[in-house]
Amino acid sequence: MHAIVESASPSKAGQTSLPKVASLLIRRLSLGIVTLWITSVLVFVGTEVLPGDVVELVLGQGATPESVAAIRKSMSLDRPAHTRYFNWLVGALQGDFGRSLAGDVAGTAESGREVAGLIGERLGNSLRLAGMTAAIAVPLSLLIGLLSAMFPGGILDRFVSIAALCAISVPEFFIGSLLVMLFSVMLGWLPAIAYLSDSQTLWETLRAIILPVLTLTFAVLAHMARMTRASLLSVLRSSYIETAVLKGATRWRVVFRHALINAIGPIANVVALNLAYLVGGVVIVESVFAYPGMAKLMVDSVSSRDIPVVQACALIFCAIYVGLNLVADMVAILANPRLRNPK
Amino acid sequence: MTPEPEAVDMLPRERPTMNAAAWIGVVVVGFWILIALVGSSLAPFEEGKLVTTFGYGPAGKITLLGSDYIGRDVFSRLLIGARLTLALALITTVFAFVVGLVLGFAAALSSGWLDTVLSRGIDALLAFPSIILALVAITALGSSIPVLVAVVGLIEATRVFRLARALAVDLSVTEFVEVARARGEGTWWIMRAEILPNTLFPLATEFGMRFTFTILLLSALSFLGLGVQPPLADWGAMVRENISGLLRGSMAPLAPAAAISSLTIGVNLIVDSFVRDYGAKADL
Amino acid sequence: MTEVLRIDNLWVEGRQPSGRYASIVKGVSLTVNAGEVVALIGESGSGKTTSALAALCYTRPGCRIANGHIALRGIDLLALDSESRRQLRGRKVSFVAQSAMAAFNPALSIDEQVTEGLHIHRLMSRDKALIQARELYLKLGLPDADRIGLRYPHQVSGGQLQRLLAAMAMSCGPDLIVFDEPTTALDVTTQIEVLSAFKEIVSQRQTAALYVSHDLAVVAQIADRIVVLYRGEVVEEGPTDQILKSASHAYTRSLLEAVKPPPLVTHRGSSGVVEHAAPGTSVIDVSGITAAYGRSDARTTVLRDVSMSVQRGEVVGVIGESGCGKSTLARAIAGLLPPVSGQIKLADVVLAPVVRGRSKEELRRIQIVFQMPDVALNPRQTVAGILNRPLEFYMGMNGDARMARVRELMDMMELPGSFVSRYPGELSGGQKQRVNLARAMAARPDIILCDEVTSSLDTLVAASILRLLTRLRESLGLSYVFISHDLSTVASFANKIVVLYAGRVVEQGPTASVLAPPYHPYTRLLLASVPKLRKGWLEDIVRSREATAGIAREVKLVETGCPFFNRCPMALPGLCDREDPPLLTLSTQQHVIACHRTASDLATELASY
Repeated sequence: MHAIVESASPSKAGQTSLPKVASLLIRRLSLGIVTLWITSVLVFVGTEVLPGDVVELVLGQGATPESVAAIRKSMSLDRPAHTRYFNWLVGALQGDFGRSLAGDVAGTAESGREVAGLIGERLGNSLRLAGMTAAIAVPLSLLIGLLSAMFPGGILDRFVSIAALCAISVPEFFIGSLLVMLFSVMLGWLPAIAYLSDSQTLWETLRAIILPVLTLTFAVLAHMARMTRASLLSVLRSSYIETAVLKGATRWRVVFRHALINAIGPIANVVALNLAYLVGGVVIVESVFAYPGMAKLMVDSVSSRDIPVVQACALIFCAIYVGLNLVADMVAILANPRLRNPK
Repeated sequence: MTPEPEAVDMLPRERPTMNAAAWIGVVVVGFWILIALVGSSLAPFEEGKLVTTFGYGPAGKITLLGSDYIGRDVFSRLLIGARLTLALALITTVFAFVVGLVLGFAAALSSGWLDTVLSRGIDALLAFPSIILALVAITALGSSIPVLVAVVGLIEATRVFRLARALAVDLSVTEFVEVARARGEGTWWIMRAEILPNTLFPLATEFGMRFTFTILLLSALSFLGLGVQPPLADWGAMVRENISGLLRGSMAPLAPAAAISSLTIGVNLIVDSFVRDYGAKADL
Repeated sequence: MTEVLRIDNLWVEGRQPSGRYASIVKGVSLTVNAGEVVALIGESGSGKTTSALAALCYTRPGCRIANGHIALRGIDLLALDSESRRQLRGRKVSFVAQSAMAAFNPALSIDEQVTEGLHIHRLMSRDKALIQARELYLKLGLPDADRIGLRYPHQVSGGQLQRLLAAMAMSCGPDLIVFDEPTTALDVTTQIEVLSAFKEIVSQRQTAALYVSHDLAVVAQIADRIVVLYRGEVVEEGPTDQILKSASHAYTRSLLEAVKPPPLVTHRGSSGVVEHAAPGTSVIDVSGITAAYGRSDARTTVLRDVSMSVQRGEVVGVIGESGCGKSTLARAIAGLLPPVSGQIKLADVVLAPVVRGRSKEELRRIQIVFQMPDVALNPRQTVAGILNRPLEFYMGMNGDARMARVRELMDMMELPGSFVSRYPGELSGGQKQRVNLARAMAARPDIILCDEVTSSLDTLVAASILRLLTRLRESLGLSYVFISHDLSTVASFANKIVVLYAGRVVEQGPTASVLAPPYHPYTRLLLASVPKLRKGWLEDIVRSREATAGIAREVKLVETGCPFFNRCPMALPGLCDREDPPLLTLSTQQHVIACHRTASDLATELASY
């Protein structure tokens, strides 16, 4: 439908309603919060509303009627589900995720370590891993994507296409294994297990962390380079690009002055989404290298059915994921020139 | 009666082009499908047979890829494991597709409340990174084959839903669908006769992509020990059980991982030749 | 006369989906001198844009220059390397694209883009460039010349944007400007000021201009010489007057014939328009329809209190410019958009507002045909499949009877029987539209709603479709609601005209009456804005009162009062903007004008041109 109402005059000052950008941003933000709340419900439901009995699963062979009753009480399993959920959520918002069931010597579900403490140290490690990966992968992929799109069909472009396709097809544990085979076994330069401790030197930490970072970087780099290239190519097909060419603009001017500004939205979107991908990728990489991060903790906890830990890890991972998606969407809104400069 | 003079542009119907790379993909995928079907009979050794008395024997004339951590022939296990890996992934993908497609179309063409409910629900599931969601579900339900198929299937179904719904919505506002509506056609007929034929192409490529993601997710879970459980072994589980061989330079963990990679690369090569430009959508 | 552009024997090839190259431009030659405007006329596929772009030594992706000689002020363009070509573009020769909204970068301000050429070729400092830009805006008649450049493209209207595109092209003072159908997307009332602005600016600096178009009437206003292209070849050329009066080539003559005669009548009485159908039962009766889009909190009312009727065998033309609600009217009648209020009757039976509430018989009797044949046919169905369905759905036909009927329909539409196995992608625009029509005809309807069915077709093709529609009506007694923005087409085809403006009926009645005074002020503006096939019309129109009063103000949707108030030269402030205009019934009883003024106020003749 054609726009019917047009006006040649600029938008009036002192409008009573919020500018469109602000209201869109607020709406997206509230959607993010609601989504996060729903994920917390799903996490809780997924782990505590079970076909089997939690308690007997946890206690296994050593289940006596007394210990079962004791655990039920301390885990508040006698209370209805929504009360438990509410307590859990309130606790989580304050940073109290309950106690781990592992190392629960007395069988009372009260002697395990505090989950928050457990996670604290691990979360830092995982963030360090993800952070280093992002620091390397983001600038590199943007550069590669940009150059590929500027000279489409060229040697770099074709090489990148094939390499990227392989990198995104291949499971992370394969890349990790290959890197270990190369750098640990054959060359002996780097350790195969990422051993971290507080008493390490910076150099030792770096040596421990570099293979996991490289493994993660591979996949993320490939995804981002491909998507950056695609976004840029899509923008380069616009009519205003032809206008610039017909004005006599050089290739560089066309890309950097005209195309890039319009590609920022989609590209920032790509970056944020790929950083979100790291949340999943980190799970495998930490397992391959026995890296002491939160993802490895979660995997171990799933195996041992340590529910409070699983719940906490899942919630935190989801919060990060939802947060990054939120950032991606908000950047896309802000980057839209029609919204930035309303009529 | 002679038609009036007009320029007639005879445009041949668009056909997907298959370049050289795509044919390589076809060969690789075809090879593995063949192995999945007849691999058991081609394998030189039976599934559990020990060929060396020690673990991680070297590759040689008899054991092409060496032996695994307890002495079984890696090559044979690779061939035999192909069936489980591919069958599991295929069944899961088909399941994901059927669920996602039906729900996606229903949401797109429904009057309102159904769309809202489904979209909100699916959005909530999409808020999880797939592997995290799988881990949460497995904590509660365990790792049996039906659970794996259901959990991974539903996770992938959410992505299919998103695509199917978007396609159907785009098509539902075209004029030929309006003409059908004006005629009085029912929603079911419109979906079947007008919309579906126009979605076959993008859906086919999506099927390929979902297949690769399913393989990767299932083998990742098996690698973590949370997927296929012993005594069954798909390729992911094979990598897991032999991972200590990595430090000894054995092929045992690498061969199954390479097999997975070759399959997913093959499918992606085929899918890529259909997709004219890579599209900036993230698929996580 | 200094020669600015010389194209000799140009051959351009385009890459086909099969991979091979086919010739688009076949041996085109033309020259343009300084201060001269040469028009390149032809229909889609004639190669006119491709030839024009060659003047910038540019081909669109997939095309290549195969042969020929292109000289710009004596410089051989094809012999230059790419860097030299780049330096010429924008500086010695520039381009004004067809769609201004798409040609501007939405993320950069207008000033930045208009002065960019000067920056690229290092011709002027930034300050001087901005000053020159302002001067250009003034010369082009743009409002708020001091500040319009600070805005962004989407904040400015289409007509203004097109002129800003011209400013951009002029900024480096080129020797040649190439215009690619710049007024095609504009409403006819906006077209006037844009055309006159172009003409003004080109003559002032004695720039040479190559103007590509398919519209002969527009070209008549602006060109000194005309070059006619058909399927990549020049079939005729010469001075404008000569071509308009005594064209020699058959194709040129058919183009001229297809441009409808000016629909003006200066006194009451018909002049060659279609005669009234005998009054009989009414087929469609629309009363008091108000329709809107969007949910109840954010609703845009598109039609307001629209009433009209269609008798058996009658063609009712609905005209108005973009956004006036004419397509919405068609959708409301068809049941695709439930109106907020009002009712629609089919042969005196009230219809349910939505398709779902209507019976199959009711649905069968009203058929709708849309504008764009490309999207109105399912690309995955063969012609046979498309035509089979209505036969099966409405009449339960099957097997041989159905096949025979499909054959009949194909004959009726003058399409070869072999086309039934083709897919829409294998048909031309006109052929697709015929299939569209055949689908509507398959239902044996009482009335067909034609929503801009010829608007996206080439002139000759559109003319053939209109002839077909007339034949069908005469032989089958069909009625049509014919919606269009092209007054000339409607005037020659319809018995009755309904004029819509901003969602309201401002005038309706028998064609001859509507086209004769008294006129609603908007009808008068419309009639005056249709370009005539006569040189000098443009200058006269710009000077006249009609034009200056209605120009440079946009359409406003209003709740009460007359929507045309802000553009009406006869508006009465305090009355016209506050109260809804009453309906004046004129002597023929069926002719109605919605206006506060009296019939005698509105009865002045349109100056005879």
